[in-house]
Amino acid sequence: MKIVVAIKQVPARDSQLRIASSGKWIEQADLTYEINEPDAYALEEGLQLKEKHGGEVVALCAGPARASQTIREALAKGADRAIHIEEEAMASDPLAVARLMAAALKAEAPDLVLTGLQSDDLGYGQTGVILAELLGLPHATLIMQVEMRDGGGIRVKRELEDGWFQHVEMPLPALLTIQSGISKLRYATLMGIKKAKTKEIKRLTAAELGAGPSGHSGIALERIYLPERTKRTQLFEGNPKEAAAKLVEKLRFEARVI
Amino acid sequence: MSILVVMEQRAGSWNRMSFETLAAAQQLARELNTTASAAVLGQGTEGLTGELAQQQLEKIYAVEHDLLKDYTPDAYTLALRQLLAHAKPRLALFPHTYQVRDFLPKLATSLGKVAVSDVVSHRIDNGQTVLVRQLFQGKVNADVRLTGAEPHFASLQAGAYRADKLSPQSNQGSAPVEKFTPEIAAGDIRTRPLELFRESQRAVDLGAAELIVAVGRGIKEAGNIPLVQQLADAMGAELAASRPICDAGWLPMERQVGSSGQTVGPKMYMAIGISGAIQHLVGMKGSRVIVAINKDPNAPIFEVADYGIVGDLFQVVPELIEAFKKPK
Repeated sequence: MKIVVAIKQVPARDSQLRIASSGKWIEQADLTYEINEPDAYALEEGLQLKEKHGGEVVALCAGPARASQTIREALAKGADRAIHIEEEAMASDPLAVARLMAAALKAEAPDLVLTGLQSDDLGYGQTGVILAELLGLPHATLIMQVEMRDGGGIRVKRELEDGWFQHVEMPLPALLTIQSGISKLRYATLMGIKKAKTKEIKRLTAAELGAGPSGHSGIALERIYLPERTKRTQLFEGNPKEAAAKLVEKLRFEARVI
Repeated sequence: MSILVVMEQRAGSWNRMSFETLAAAQQLARELNTTASAAVLGQGTEGLTGELAQQQLEKIYAVEHDLLKDYTPDAYTLALRQLLAHAKPRLALFPHTYQVRDFLPKLATSLGKVAVSDVVSHRIDNGQTVLVRQLFQGKVNADVRLTGAEPHFASLQAGAYRADKLSPQSNQGSAPVEKFTPEIAAGDIRTRPLELFRESQRAVDLGAAELIVAVGRGIKEAGNIPLVQQLADAMGAELAASRPICDAGWLPMERQVGSSGQTVGPKMYMAIGISGAIQHLVGMKGSRVIVAINKDPNAPIFEVADYGIVGDLFQVVPELIEAFKKPK
């Protein structure tokens, strides 16, 4: 089985974000980056399916040159090879990015495409489903479990709201967006890191993929900004002992909740 | 060219978030000097559309088909494409539910569009609609302008608009219901949905707790959880957690608060090292008093907090335990 896992590189979770002077994106100079966490779970699921059923895992990543670090990590964890759609100024529009991915996957004909359920930066939560539509594949989202069915196809467990779940059966090829927490993430082994150095990374550009924007997607990201605080929060500062004492006093005598 | 709300129902019961979206559509319609309509997809929707007819709406579309009885992304997309071609709305609005997340990107893509997902507010500027959505798990806002050919698509975050602002039909009338029958063939549907189910019964009912201390990623490792347990014990509170803590197995799933866990409304909710992603906030923002302890002053949890300490939880929590142990 050929499994493609789409991964994205995003700013590390605890980054202190500042708005760039353009007002269109965040200041990138002093940021550190990591794999988008939901995509790490998609990769883990891909690797486990390969271990159970055989085949190949291909990591697919659209992003600037720095994303090669994240790709190397995916290879070190066990992906067999990678495709890097390398663009310094990647569009902030999930349809444009998915079009590049769909073009890159044309020659691959995967049996299964996995993505995380959303990215930690833009957070549209759409790239996977858009990619399914562009590739003409059936899909299911927020997947907690993937099983092969006797006689072909798969049976997946979808998460719904309020603790409900649902099983869905579908044929292959298909696309699934994976819910975070589906399994325990593995670490790269020393052997894996060593092996990753010799694994293939195919680099493609948007121009080579010939997937220029066709038509207007109907939205324009105008500006980004830090949200204004609407609620008045009483903040206690100073040394931890004093702040804690003040907070407890307020909870006892002002809010009267304890 | 009105605004169309696609309501969500399952087996004849509403997803209540739909009514927040309906209120938003009425508000936008007034501001854009147009009308709002609503659509319900399913089979046997008379009861639901009858209830909707009491609302200030131009029209209600009952989109009926045997193959819409159980949700599938293929059938919903097919049906809605045909409805959009017929109703020609300028803007189609959806509640940002798990189901909408499953089919809306497919629907928009099939028309060469991008849906603006998880919208929290809007404004009208030069006759165009500017939608506000969140980036970086709520730490940054983005203004997205709807431009170019219509229809546009957006899904609205839970709690962003208020269902109690709905306007009923004036003069006791009712909105007309139009039955719309899309063409769908069984062969168009590639996925087969099975029964809904719940895992084991929940042993911990956080919904009944008066005081909750909840822990998030800031706790760094499983070995530090007892620190927060001690704080909960000192206060007589139940211990809860954000999703990543339960995903990692540091606390059982039944202690998870948020959209995929439990929804709580205690007298006091104390969030320790929880940044406050929307998936968590929707599960606890109804709490009477919210307290946040976080090292990042820009963490979205402070958006909903009444009291807060900006600081290192490993220094603050031991001091809180001491302070709570002292008699009043």
